[in-house]
Amino acid sequence: MNSIVCIKQVPDTEIRIEIEDGRVVEERLQYVINPYDEYALEEALRLREKFGEGRVTVLTLGPERAREAIMQALAVGADEAIHLADEAFQGGDAYATAKALAEAIVRLDLEYDIILCGKQGVDHDNAQVGIALAEMLNLPHVSVVTGLEVAADKSKATARREVEEGKEVVETPLPAVITAQKGLNEPRYPTFTGIRAARKKPIHRKTAAELGIDPKVVGAAGAKLEIVSLSSPPERSAGRIIPGSPVEACRELVRLLREEAKVV
Amino acid sequence: MHFELNEEQKLIRKMVRDFAENEVKPIAQEVDREHRFPVETFRKMAKLGFFGLPFPEEYGGMGADSVSYAIALEEISRACGSTAITFIAQTSLAASPIYRFGNEEQKRKYLVPLARGEKIGSFGLTEPEAGSDAGATRTTAVLDGDEWVINGQKIFITNGSIADIVVFTAKTDPARGTHGISSFIVEKGTPGFRPGRDEDKMGLRGSITSELFFEDCRIPKENLLGSEGEGFKQFLITLDAGRIGIGAMALGLAQAAFEAALKYSKEREQFGQPICNFQAVQWMLADMATEIDAARLMVYRAAWLKDQGVHFTKEAAMAKLYASEVAERVCFKAIQIHGGYGYTREYEVERIYRDQRLCTIGEGTSEIQRLVIARVLLGL
Repeated sequence: MNSIVCIKQVPDTEIRIEIEDGRVVEERLQYVINPYDEYALEEALRLREKFGEGRVTVLTLGPERAREAIMQALAVGADEAIHLADEAFQGGDAYATAKALAEAIVRLDLEYDIILCGKQGVDHDNAQVGIALAEMLNLPHVSVVTGLEVAADKSKATARREVEEGKEVVETPLPAVITAQKGLNEPRYPTFTGIRAARKKPIHRKTAAELGIDPKVVGAAGAKLEIVSLSSPPERSAGRIIPGSPVEACRELVRLLREEAKVV
Repeated sequence: MHFELNEEQKLIRKMVRDFAENEVKPIAQEVDREHRFPVETFRKMAKLGFFGLPFPEEYGGMGADSVSYAIALEEISRACGSTAITFIAQTSLAASPIYRFGNEEQKRKYLVPLARGEKIGSFGLTEPEAGSDAGATRTTAVLDGDEWVINGQKIFITNGSIADIVVFTAKTDPARGTHGISSFIVEKGTPGFRPGRDEDKMGLRGSITSELFFEDCRIPKENLLGSEGEGFKQFLITLDAGRIGIGAMALGLAQAAFEAALKYSKEREQFGQPICNFQAVQWMLADMATEIDAARLMVYRAAWLKDQGVHFTKEAAMAKLYASEVAERVCFKAIQIHGGYGYTREYEVERIYRDQRLCTIGEGTSEIQRLVIARVLLGL
């Protein structure tokens, strides 16, 4: 069972993002693998273990620092990594990123039975790359998946996905693109021997030129969208404590919810 | 000069921090309160390879450097002191002398299961009459045919009553003083070897500290570790490295107390504002952060020197001395910042304060560290 897992390095979710002059201040940020991508990676590792064969290839587009995310993915068990490391790939939107990933998969002639992505990056929250990638590769996709079963002959997969007020079970032929939602699995920790082994695993760094990709169709040049402005969410105002006995306070709370907040 | 961790050290720090925060920290208060050894944590750590960290792959380890090992200990300590001391006893104290002084057969038989965490290990040095003065060891080992006959008592032995494999010291030639001490390995269940009671300790209550008794206990001749009469030298070497471990533990505990105090100072309001606005609190926080930083540099440097294969006795003693005394001061201030709440069991700083107290005592008191440092300075 060969899998491609697309991962993105994103700012640590516990860190406060600062914005200056309409740009995110990157200097003080710490980065992690996008949490949804960790579910995707874990699923790929489990599929490899279940089938007892195949390779897990991690594919990422990002600056030099993304190597840290790659090393983590290799430490946890991926077999090899492809790093689209080129200024030409930078600054794109979801479309341009999906384009670069799709081009890389095609031009490197990667073998795969399935492509797994996180359902969305927790930085820009577009939730588009996986789906756009499927479209560009002319593959079916199932998004926001919380359960996955692959048929023994690898010809099809059954995916469970959460929908409004219920669950949906979808069958798709393979290969397909699956985007992972929290609940799909519980990602493992890397072992120390895994960390040691990561050093010896191949990381293929590729530029647009090396892949024969026209730099105008990827990165900032290939983006369809432009971020016009960025701003921090407004400061949350302080909570209000309603005084009085529990009965009085409850009565007042309900009144406020009804008349002031208008939520009940 | 170069102050950055390498790629592997960073990966180890991230992995251990994630593990400690998700698996160790959530039960730290409970294991302290219940006086419970968290065997489930031991098993999880074993599976990930914690206990083999410093040993070569051929013995079930990873072959990581001492800096990585110090970082792992620091991060575990940041979550739970009890888990850290169990880790130290297993790896630095029980497995490490077997790796350094054991023969190939002993390494296969004892080091491998310890490194893999399939067996629990312990190191029996201290006796009722032999604390800092380890030369006063009274436990004896007498060769009788193909067996050593052991008689004596050990106290304050971390992991003692739960250990499967115990490395311990005994006098083989009482006339020769420190040169008459040798090291041995005994397995749990050997007739004549039994644990006594577990100590009811001030802190590190989620770890086991026991008495051990030997009464005409017979162990095979081949369970002598290294050569006869080398025991004293062996444990001095073991403790040199062990001091980096206690330094790292003190560092992690101090870091945890500092982080708790920093967070609390931003949340706690008095006189209509968060207490971190007051200079008195700011100065405490600044001093805490500064001292922790200095302690970290000292601990990492001692570990780095060990990795370079050069003398590190003085630097390890300095790191242990300084980091453990910093932990005391930092925890004192962390409780001060928490005020009355910090004195209650509701807040983790109370536990950390008790846990860190061991660090100026275990593996050589602060006084012994100063002695070690002075001896190196004076060439004694």
